[in-house]
Amino acid sequence: MLRSAITRRGAAAVALAATAALALSACSDSGSDAGDGEAVTLEYGVWDQKQEAAMKEIAAAFTEEHPEVTVKLVTTPYKEYFTKLQTSVSGGSAPDVFWMNGPNFQLYASNGVLAPLDDQGIDPADYPQGLVDLYTYDGELYGAPKDFDTVGLWYNTELFDAAGVAYPEAGWTWDDLKATAAKLTDPATGQFGIAASQFGQENYYNSIAQAGGEVISADGTESGYGSPEALAGIELWTDLIAAGSSPTAQQMTDTNPEDLFFSGKVAMFQNGSWAAGAYADNPDIADKVNVAPLAAGADGNQSVIHGLANVVNAESDHLDLAKQFAAFASGDAASDIMADSGTVIPAFDGKQQAWVDALPQYDLQVYIDALETAVAYPVSKNTAAWTSIEIEILSQVWAGSISPKDGLQQLATEMQAALDSESE
Amino acid sequence: MTDLIAQRASAPISELDRGRLAAAPGRGRRRGRGPGQSSWWALLFIGPTAAGLVAFYLWPTVRTFLMSFTESGPFGGSEFVGLDNYVRLFQDPELLGALRNTALYTVIALVGIPLAVAIAALLNTTGLRGRGIYRTLYFIPVVTMPAAIALVWRMIYNGDYGVLNEVLGVFGIEGASWLTDPSTALIAIAVVGIWAGLGTNIVIFLAGLQGIPDTVMEAADLDGAGPVRKFFSITIPLLSPSIFFVSVISVIGALQVFDLIYMMLGTSNPAMPNTRTIVYLFYQAGFIDNEKGYAAAIAFLLLIIILVLTVVQFRLQKKWVHYE
Repeated sequence: MLRSAITRRGAAAVALAATAALALSACSDSGSDAGDGEAVTLEYGVWDQKQEAAMKEIAAAFTEEHPEVTVKLVTTPYKEYFTKLQTSVSGGSAPDVFWMNGPNFQLYASNGVLAPLDDQGIDPADYPQGLVDLYTYDGELYGAPKDFDTVGLWYNTELFDAAGVAYPEAGWTWDDLKATAAKLTDPATGQFGIAASQFGQENYYNSIAQAGGEVISADGTESGYGSPEALAGIELWTDLIAAGSSPTAQQMTDTNPEDLFFSGKVAMFQNGSWAAGAYADNPDIADKVNVAPLAAGADGNQSVIHGLANVVNAESDHLDLAKQFAAFASGDAASDIMADSGTVIPAFDGKQQAWVDALPQYDLQVYIDALETAVAYPVSKNTAAWTSIEIEILSQVWAGSISPKDGLQQLATEMQAALDSESE
Repeated sequence: MTDLIAQRASAPISELDRGRLAAAPGRGRRRGRGPGQSSWWALLFIGPTAAGLVAFYLWPTVRTFLMSFTESGPFGGSEFVGLDNYVRLFQDPELLGALRNTALYTVIALVGIPLAVAIAALLNTTGLRGRGIYRTLYFIPVVTMPAAIALVWRMIYNGDYGVLNEVLGVFGIEGASWLTDPSTALIAIAVVGIWAGLGTNIVIFLAGLQGIPDTVMEAADLDGAGPVRKFFSITIPLLSPSIFFVSVISVIGALQVFDLIYMMLGTSNPAMPNTRTIVYLFYQAGFIDNEKGYAAAIAFLLLIIILVLTVVQFRLQKKWVHYE
């Protein structure tokens, strides 16, 4: 591990030297720094290979407006993205502009790694409020919201038809969900009504909000797990498992619940908007699934909203251009390019229709409608420190080795301790 | 990643041991050459390796040691906190569990040694047909990607659809959900660890077996010793240097187990508290919780444990290892 850190640092040094050489050659090319603009290369760090084509197109569009600027795409697989980013930030070789997600944002913003974008004329009204909030730190906007995802309830129409049960629809309550899940469960064939998997964004972050609770206070300092509402949000899922309407936690650890949904062993599966494209491409299920709004708890049928943002490295050599590119890559023209690619829903207001229209066989409008009541994805300054506690304790709750009540009490205490040490 | 750690920790010991093994038969032969004559040449040959060792093993070790007294920020910069990390480590309730799991894993993993000796002895039987094929079969896991091994074994162990439970079902036994049941997960992983390491150990033992002179065996035949007696009275004692070497390496490897657990269990596995090892704890602290200083303290504790256990093994070898 140490060794890999060293070599990584070595690689960073090489990369730095290479960049320096590039910069030098760029200087010598343009001769003097006359007003006609030096050639500038901006590095743009991303992780999703599926979006590479669209990102290149956006980079090219920026070059059209700023002929002296070339944007170089640096793709790192998500699994290594943040480890590498952290090292390259410490080593001073991070890209000028890069993708950021909610759980990591405050860690970077609070350590002065990011440059605020408030002077770039970004109008918050152009973006969903939940995303603007997500990327605002200490009253300043550090990220230009790029895309977003909300959560919907996918269901297998074939299994519903076979059981003669009505499809999920808007206005559904938790009781409807539980009753339908029970009807679609058949131990004889190993079929389950729903997968109550231990996923935050897809499952319990939503249900906690639907019950009227919160995972973390809006300012990211207080754990919400101690409340009876949070307990209700968790018990929705553990009850489904206890009733036999969902595979057990052990079964879902052994076999990815989404695979169970693909193979027709699970009739309902909550998933984010990112799933739509993948489902349409999957011949096993493409023609026999559809999506409905989430079922409502005591307080509504809120979905969690999360999305990526383009952020700017505060140490960038071309800070001003980098900021312009970040704003551009989340702006009007870039959002059209993203929407046409059909990979993600652009965050820019009014650019969602192309994404909905791309797959007319599904009711994708559900994901856009969810914006109205969507709640922000729970984050704090060091989100990872408490999510690891959350995952571990909830895995015991899901497995039934501790009761939801005791588990959440313990989680609230330990999470609060982690949050308190953040603000020290 | 762990492979790198394993290499780092095992390199000096294996070097030492190989030196001992190599030196043993030739002890007392030519060693007269004075040090002055060849020192320049020696330096030239040792130089590159020594430089590599210093740059990639020694220096990082020193840095880790220093780091364990600091609290470092996520983006570099650190402050000296004295023994805080160690104090916190010894109060960490997860440490005890991790120590217990690691010890248990190591004990189970050691079963692989007699197994490898037995298989190597069988493969070494004179007149065995298709020996090359068997050797290749046993060695294949060694050259297979750990990620692929983890994936395949995950499928084998699957509680609902796994081959293992399918086979057990034929005999009317209802198998567990091996990798998610807290009482079986660690054993299931250790089995894979043993299986994956078997090939290397067999090769080492085969080399040792072939070093046993035929004359000794013939003498035993003349004395009327049967195959079992020969195995325990001649083969095992003469193989003891190899067994010692393998056991030192196996203990170190087992104490550092991480990749199998990381790849086969997944983060939300309910069996995690019963399988989390010291290196997993280290990974969690350093790479998930962003606490590099605390992670360094864990790494250092592990280094001390390995050091002590290895020294103990070297001390004990006098009682049972026979150098010819």
